[in-house]
Amino acid sequence: MTSPLCLRGGRILDPARGIDRAQDLWIDQGKVAGLGEDAPAALRSRKDVQIVDVRGAVVCPGLVDIHVHLREPGQEEKETIETGVRAAVRGGFAAVACMPNTSPPLDDRPRIEYVRRRAAELGLARVFPIAAVTVGQQGEQLVEIEDLVDAGAVAITDDGKPVRNAEIMRRALELTRELGIPVIQHAEDPDLKGTGVMHEGWVSTRIGLKGIPDIAESVIVARDALLAERTGGRVHVAHVSAARSVQIIRQAKARGIHMTGETAPHYLLLTDEAVAGYSPSAKMNPPLRSERDRDALIEAIVDGTLDCLATDHAPHTDIEKDADFDSAPFGIVGLETALGCYLKALVEPGHLSLMDLIERMTVGAYRVLGRPGGTLEAGAEADVTVFDPESRFTVRASEFESKGRNTPFEGWDLPGRVLMTVVGGRIAYQTATSEATLR
Amino acid sequence: MIGGKKDLLGLEDLSAQEITGILDTARTFREVLDRPIPKVPPLRGMTAANLFFEASTRTRLSFELAEKRLSADTVNFQTSGSSVSKGETLRDTARNIEAMGIHLVVVRHQASGAPHYLARHLDAGVINAGDGTHEHPTQGLLDLYTMRAERGRIAGLKVAIIGDVMHSRVARSNIWGLTKLGAEVTIAGPPTMMPAEVERFGVRVAKSVDEAIEGSDVVNILRIQLERQRGALYPSLREYARVYGVTRERLRRARPDVTVMHPGPMNRGVEIAQDVADGEHSVILQQVTNGVAVRMAVLYLLSGRSEPPEAPSETPTVEATKSHDEPTLSPRR
Amino acid sequence: MPTGESVEAVREKAEILDGEGLRRAITRIAHEIIEKNGGAEGLVLAGIRRRGYPLAQRIAAKIREFEGVDLPVGALDITLYRDDLQTIDHQPVVGPTDIPVDIDGKVVVLVDDVLYTGRTVRAALDELIDLGRPRAIRLAVIVDRGHREIPIRADFVGKNVPTSKREVVMVKLEEIDRHDGVSIGEILT
Repeated sequence: MTSPLCLRGGRILDPARGIDRAQDLWIDQGKVAGLGEDAPAALRSRKDVQIVDVRGAVVCPGLVDIHVHLREPGQEEKETIETGVRAAVRGGFAAVACMPNTSPPLDDRPRIEYVRRRAAELGLARVFPIAAVTVGQQGEQLVEIEDLVDAGAVAITDDGKPVRNAEIMRRALELTRELGIPVIQHAEDPDLKGTGVMHEGWVSTRIGLKGIPDIAESVIVARDALLAERTGGRVHVAHVSAARSVQIIRQAKARGIHMTGETAPHYLLLTDEAVAGYSPSAKMNPPLRSERDRDALIEAIVDGTLDCLATDHAPHTDIEKDADFDSAPFGIVGLETALGCYLKALVEPGHLSLMDLIERMTVGAYRVLGRPGGTLEAGAEADVTVFDPESRFTVRASEFESKGRNTPFEGWDLPGRVLMTVVGGRIAYQTATSEATLR
Repeated sequence: MIGGKKDLLGLEDLSAQEITGILDTARTFREVLDRPIPKVPPLRGMTAANLFFEASTRTRLSFELAEKRLSADTVNFQTSGSSVSKGETLRDTARNIEAMGIHLVVVRHQASGAPHYLARHLDAGVINAGDGTHEHPTQGLLDLYTMRAERGRIAGLKVAIIGDVMHSRVARSNIWGLTKLGAEVTIAGPPTMMPAEVERFGVRVAKSVDEAIEGSDVVNILRIQLERQRGALYPSLREYARVYGVTRERLRRARPDVTVMHPGPMNRGVEIAQDVADGEHSVILQQVTNGVAVRMAVLYLLSGRSEPPEAPSETPTVEATKSHDEPTLSPRR
Repeated sequence: MPTGESVEAVREKAEILDGEGLRRAITRIAHEIIEKNGGAEGLVLAGIRRRGYPLAQRIAAKIREFEGVDLPVGALDITLYRDDLQTIDHQPVVGPTDIPVDIDGKVVVLVDDVLYTGRTVRAALDELIDLGRPRAIRLAVIVDRGHREIPIRADFVGKNVPTSKREVVMVKLEEIDRHDGVSIGEILT
């Protein structure tokens, strides 16, 4: 067992309990032991405590990203569980939930167990596997949901594709209702999307790329709101991109429907104008949308309509992305830029307090999954992120731990350098500079 | 160079002055085409590659003819739907072009933005010969050239563009060129073929073909792509011809001396009635001839080298002797 | 870049022909052309753009004065035939070439302002030959300043002016420059 850890003098931000004060954080046996004087005196007097001076930095519950594509098994050229979790802890994420659209998909017990085992061997970020809704993500036959949940799946989704069939969606919601897990929907009507590659609007008109209308997303969100209402199940809408979808989720919540939502950093910092040069690093699904959509998303994060902030980290090889826009695959990486992006998009302009941002990236995200976590309360798992909101860095894809270099933020100057990521009481990541300055 | 760039990717990127400059240059080449020997030497020793990833006979022929009339060597590459993925083809093509020492690349591709990809990766000048549903700048230029030749001006002309604007690269290039040069553009077509927020091009969207044609100087009729007729965009060609086909009857609403244009190839009896296609207002064949001259102008303007010039030698430079137009002693490259 | 008039700074050193001198040179060339041709029969004048064209028109006017014949005058833009096109950044503006008559079997007199390296005339010869098959081509220039780089000589010369390569010869015409005259300048670097 590793020795106890004390993060000394940081600004503790624990949204679950509304704590914002400079204090020492004590960690022992992989759990949070307490803050300052509240930590057991016996622990505080021990001689083998590793003390790290984190004065001036923010100390918060370990960030969690509930929408990540780790690509293993089957697409190891894009990413592996190892490179994915290395990227996660470098980005300040102590935990990620990974999507089942691997090859083959995570639709049976051995594959769910494989992901968990591999993550445990690496001992970096926690990995919560999300199982498929249907066998092979083919949209026809439901997976053995309870067996997969028993094996460790934290939710089900056919992400990468929508659950197109309303009957399947209805039954999945009914079968998960008592399990306390959400059905995560990649909300997209395949017919309305057609062969579209970007947001349908003035930019797509101008540059002649086939558009994906916002309603391709919103009609499925509306349908699923009705299904959630009727079944009492929980729908979580992945990567919400459109103002209309936000409106539906807001109304659903007001009616007491169990519907939650997330978005990703690029929808807040970029619009479809980023596609104007045909750069495949601006190609993702759902697509970057209009200014109006972007504003609506920010508003929805602020008022809680969107419950949590994810990344939709979707690594691809350079060779795949080095193509004309139509041929390039959808998706960009996000783990190593998300915190900085969210600070820039939400906190710097004053839309959201730092406390609320951390809430959406920790306890808010766990709540979506129906799991405990995301707090620094004594006895909680000692997942901690330490970052300096004032310290800025330049995004260099070449420095990423992820195999994916496909980011639209190359060269951007972002705030919030991550100094340390602690997972289960162990330091899983620490910057070289923080090692020097923090000790 | 055109507008300070080594490539011609779209008319959106050009100023009115740059477009007019190309049209003026094209007038000289139009005269060359009438000479007993319709060939001039400025591209001697240069090689142009015509890369057609999408089938096209007339545009490729027009470019090839333009290149040959300028004394360039030409190589052609034509493919339609090979087994390799589109992206791979494009990337490998770029590398091959680099290795072959080609000076000018003419590219037609089914993906919008494909010429931009090549332009980014190549030192050679890239000419967009039609990319997906984006632009077809040389078609736009030849349409402008033809309109100017027929009507004497572009500014203030009332131009109606009829048809499937959404999928038409010809429409986009026409709209950019015409609006930049001060024409009044009205478009009409099925609502399912009007792209989102199309009015932001600075065009008027008419509710019917009749409304669009009313009082127009020029009617430019877009080709209806038969293969797009599957699915939900429009019920049938018969219905299209009935509602959006340009007939002699409909043309009566235009000015009596209206100019009728079509980029070809025509679907006679669908978007354009037989007697309109062959009627006295039609300049469709002039468009074809003008196309060669316009492409010669573009090839010529882009044929200058893009690297910085070498240090001047002992001999006076071109500028210094310019007062009597004396070319200098410079080794041919 | 090389599309306008002289770009580099040039200091005018001396006027070698004033307006009257230039007019006399043109008159003499006109006489010589008729004399050499044994009359005006079959002559076509082709001025090289820019200043060769107005010069050709003036020669034609002179010939009309003393022969009473209107000679066809054409303009030749040799840009497309230049041998340095691929060594310059921005392609020069191409003006129209306009020879109003069929030149097959005619005697074409090329007219230009200054004969220097000979490359412009070479370009003009190539272009003329693409336009038809004249019986003969002759060359008339106002100033021959030497320094030939290819074997070309003028048949009719207004004035021979020995120059150094650092110098420029500037022929000014009313039609273009608002006054007539020929001067020598020095390139300032």
